[in-house]
Amino acid sequence: MTDVLLEVRGLHRSFGGVKALAGCTLDVIEGKINGLIGPNGSGKTTMFNIITGYERCDEGDVLYRGSSIRNRTPEAIFALGIGRTFQLTRIFGRLSVLDNMLVATQRNEVWLRSMLRPTGSASERAHAMELLDFVGLARLSGELAGSLSYGQRKLLELAYVLVADPQLILLDEPAGGVNPSLINQLSGKIAELNQQGTTFLVIEHNMEFVMGLCHAVTVMSYGCVIAAGTPEVVRADPKVLDAYLGGTEEDEDES
Amino acid sequence: MTSPLTRVRRPFASAEQEAAGDPTPTAWISLLVRRPLWRSVVLVLLLILIPLVITGATFTTIAVYCLMYMGIATAWNSFSGFSGYVSLGHAVFFGVGAYTMALLSTHWNMSGGLSMFALLPLAGVIAALIAIPYGYVALRTRRHTFVVITIAFFFIFQLLAFNLSFTGGSAGVVLPNGQFSAADYNDPFYYACLVVLVLTVAVAAGIRRSRFGLQLFAIRDDEDRARSLGVKVNRVKITSFAVSAVPVAMMGAVWAFFIGQIYPQFAFNPALDVTIALMAFIGGFGTIIGPLLGALVLEALQRYLNLYLANADLYLVIYGLLFLVVISFLPEGILPSIAGRLRQRRLRSQNSTTVSTQESR
Ligand SMILES: Nc1ncnc2c1ncn2[C@@H]1O[C@H](COP(=O)(O)OP(=O)(O)OP(=O)(O)O)[C@@H](O)[C@H]1O
Ligand SMILES: [Mg+2]
Repeated sequence: MTDVLLEVRGLHRSFGGVKALAGCTLDVIEGKINGLIGPNGSGKTTMFNIITGYERCDEGDVLYRGSSIRNRTPEAIFALGIGRTFQLTRIFGRLSVLDNMLVATQRNEVWLRSMLRPTGSASERAHAMELLDFVGLARLSGELAGSLSYGQRKLLELAYVLVADPQLILLDEPAGGVNPSLINQLSGKIAELNQQGTTFLVIEHNMEFVMGLCHAVTVMSYGCVIAAGTPEVVRADPKVLDAYLGGTEEDEDES
Repeated sequence: MTSPLTRVRRPFASAEQEAAGDPTPTAWISLLVRRPLWRSVVLVLLLILIPLVITGATFTTIAVYCLMYMGIATAWNSFSGFSGYVSLGHAVFFGVGAYTMALLSTHWNMSGGLSMFALLPLAGVIAALIAIPYGYVALRTRRHTFVVITIAFFFIFQLLAFNLSFTGGSAGVVLPNGQFSAADYNDPFYYACLVVLVLTVAVAAGIRRSRFGLQLFAIRDDEDRARSLGVKVNRVKITSFAVSAVPVAMMGAVWAFFIGQIYPQFAFNPALDVTIALMAFIGGFGTIIGPLLGALVLEALQRYLNLYLANADLYLVIYGLLFLVVISFLPEGILPSIAGRLRQRRLRSQNSTTVSTQESR
């Protein structure tokens, strides 16, 4: 039996006339790397935003370990152990890379006491450096995060989500704009974290990446889930080929 | 995009570099920005000695105002510079401090003298208590709206000062006479400002290195992201707002006692808001030394121009010109821009050395 860690039930969300989500249902299986694919504008990021509290949903429910987390605040979701990265990376550009990591250790700070405590205890710094080393940014720890390249920002975002040791990590296009050798490194990291028990839900357009890494894949199109299953099953599904893979493979051939 | 370097922290690499006696100007600048304690001590000792050496009343009056504005700009910066929320309503706290001093000292029939300064902490506390609901409302909005809301709050308070029954209305309030000797009349005010200034700088520098400061900086860079990483943003913002109100009010209280009679339009003066923002901006947002330098230079300049050119409004022209020069050539303020450039140069020279070592392999 596989356990479902996160369940998305019949999610609806419209922006004016655009139905970004029209009744999406999705299971994230505990201990697995779950993929989420679909053409541009199919509603993937919107689903992430609703799960992590950045946007409200019109209808439907989100269950984490069986209880509803619908329309909670982002910090409450984070406190539950769900971390995420953003499609357009969001880092603290004018802080150093190491300070970026330390921001993620502030969640338990007591209000006024935090004024009297200097940033980053030795153990927090050591842990942060360990994680930076893990994503290969340790040597840049003193640089301003704003000076990092796009791919490095993606890695930094992943690293500081890891600081809080979440059980579930949502990655929005982790490989987008990242060079091929770094992509391999990245999927290696994700697999390694997964081995240690972290569950992932990954949005990605890079088919090779998704099919090589994910244990289960869900396909969205126009705000609906059109297929779900193992990569092989999804790959062979005519509906998916129709809506997505066909188009993408052509794109890839062209480029 | 250039990195503004409002927070110079190079924990590992720079520690090694500094230990190795790095002779580049970058190390020197970073020492200046992260000034070690003994330098501050020497500076404070110098400031203590100044009125004993230079006793002319013209000079000491200007010195009092310089210290006052240095404290106010530092306090303002510890909120606006650190959190990125530009407040144009801190003059409210200056006015609150001034009125606290004026009303309480007359109400309690105080007879002037040094005991008047005992009211300073009270002025600070009252301002902080006002800052909490004020911040609670104003900080619900995001950056640009926040600026407008603080301006609105400012005018509400000014209106109150004009119209409330206990404020004396447009006639203002006359304070008890100082009772200090004419020869060194300015000295008590100078030292009061100095004490408040030193405390303010110490608190601002402490916040800057604290976890609380890190949370503020994270809010400045990406508030939503900070929130999603568990930073309790509302609490942090309001606390910082209230803390920054305290020194401003204390300086307001010193000012009221210093000039002896206050009027609502001068105690709640909109020019103060613009002036302190400009001082902090020209020196450098988010740094410690920036607002100090900015306030020192601008305030001294303004007072001397007033004196020698007898033209009260000329300083506005100079402010405007300075502002234009800084914003076009040093968009992050003087200090951070210079530090940022030096840092870039250092990076470039570092890169070129790594490239050449790779090539030589
Ligand atoms: N805040 C918003 N306001 C208005 N429309 C929005 C908003 N967010 C998303 N949409 C719309 O919802 C639809 C789904 O967007 P979403 O970002 O979820 O797509 P996506 O699957 O992540 O696409 P991509 O692969 O390009 O990232 C799009 O048509 C988009 O224009
Ligand atoms: Mg998207």
